[in-house]
Amino acid sequence: MSTIRHHLNDSLLMAYAAGSLPEAFNLVVATHLSMCDDCRARAGAFDAVGATVLDGCSASVSDSSLDDCLARIDSLPMTPRTAQRPAPRRSVLPTPLQDYIGGDLESVKWRPLGMGVRQAILPTSAGARARLLYIPGGQAVPDHGHRGTELTLVLQGAFRDATDRFGPGDVEIANEELEHTPTAEAGPPCICLAATDAPLRFNSMMPRLLQPLFRI
Amino acid sequence: MMIAHTTSIFPDAQLLRRPYAARQAGLRKGVESVTTTAEEDWTALLLAVRDRQDRTAFAALFRHYAPRVKGFLMKSGAAEALAEECMQDVMATLWQKAHLYDPERASVTTWVFTIARNRRIDALRRAARPEPEDLPWGPEAEPDQQAALELAQDTERLGAALSTLPETQRSLIEKAYFGDLTHTEIAAETGLPLGTIKSRLRLALDRLRAQMK
Repeated sequence: MSTIRHHLNDSLLMAYAAGSLPEAFNLVVATHLSMCDDCRARAGAFDAVGATVLDGCSASVSDSSLDDCLARIDSLPMTPRTAQRPAPRRSVLPTPLQDYIGGDLESVKWRPLGMGVRQAILPTSAGARARLLYIPGGQAVPDHGHRGTELTLVLQGAFRDATDRFGPGDVEIANEELEHTPTAEAGPPCICLAATDAPLRFNSMMPRLLQPLFRI
Repeated sequence: MMIAHTTSIFPDAQLLRRPYAARQAGLRKGVESVTTTAEEDWTALLLAVRDRQDRTAFAALFRHYAPRVKGFLMKSGAAEALAEECMQDVMATLWQKAHLYDPERASVTTWVFTIARNRRIDALRRAARPEPEDLPWGPEAEPDQQAALELAQDTERLGAALSTLPETQRSLIEKAYFGDLTHTEIAAETGLPLGTIKSRLRLALDRLRAQMK
């Protein structure tokens, strides 16, 4: 855990606490927080800011409202009132991501993108898209820029681009200014969770032609 | 148990203004310090709901939080009827999930905020909100009461700090939490003192990780 060097920024953590991120970005944030207690604590501080905002709100509530609520509570099925300790995780994938895949890495339905690179688009609501990327060791992803924001979280292996090295748990936050050619480190394949809120901007013809086909 | 017979002395949330609450807290058996906070009173009430399904305690929580939650939902764009409906859900969730509340990781107000926020995302955006991997706290892991109290105090101090910010800055923070700003519009520099809360939550996570081993 202590080896994570690239963290989420405050704007993303505050937007996550405020609940205004698109679902695909929420998924990247929730997955990173599952791997990084530093960011989880920072996110908790932004939840506390939300508490102070809530505390300043008020609306009139009718006299019967409490009785309505108690009636609702009485109609709820009894649930076990004990907190359960989770079993230790054995997978590479944190549970929020497993929920979207419907299982572990072997359940991912990969589609080839060429040059051994594979992707799997995850089902999230409109506004941004989340995908898993599988990049064989030593392989590069075609160089590209960004129209919006791209978040790339490493789950396994590592990649490098002009800015730095990104290993497990690291998240790269790319915006309009960054043009890069991420390349997986030699060795085992690099598996990432990536989310974009606008289509990528590829710099060479082939990926550009294939873009609509692959929905990237 | 931290408190025994205090819930019935809260017939009206109006009485729970801090001097009153602090005075009552000072009278409690087993509480040495009189420097308790209103937040700590909410913790005691929530634990009464958790441990004894105490309806009087729930009523006190409802009178305090229901208007705030409903107001928060309306400021976030929900019409009055939807806000009332969702507020009822939020308060029922508070009853039903009281056993999952960990006072070392969130003040009661923070916890209520997260439930209200998630209900809002569900109701207004009809989107799922992935949550980080669960690190549940169970009754078998005795919470560090001092740490929980300090977190409650930190949260109150944060509220005081928010109220002293310049109007423009405060309204930007509020807009962000009512869901009116995208992440690129959010200014990361809030001007709020978050360092203490961050370090305290970090320590709480370390303790939790150690217990889970």
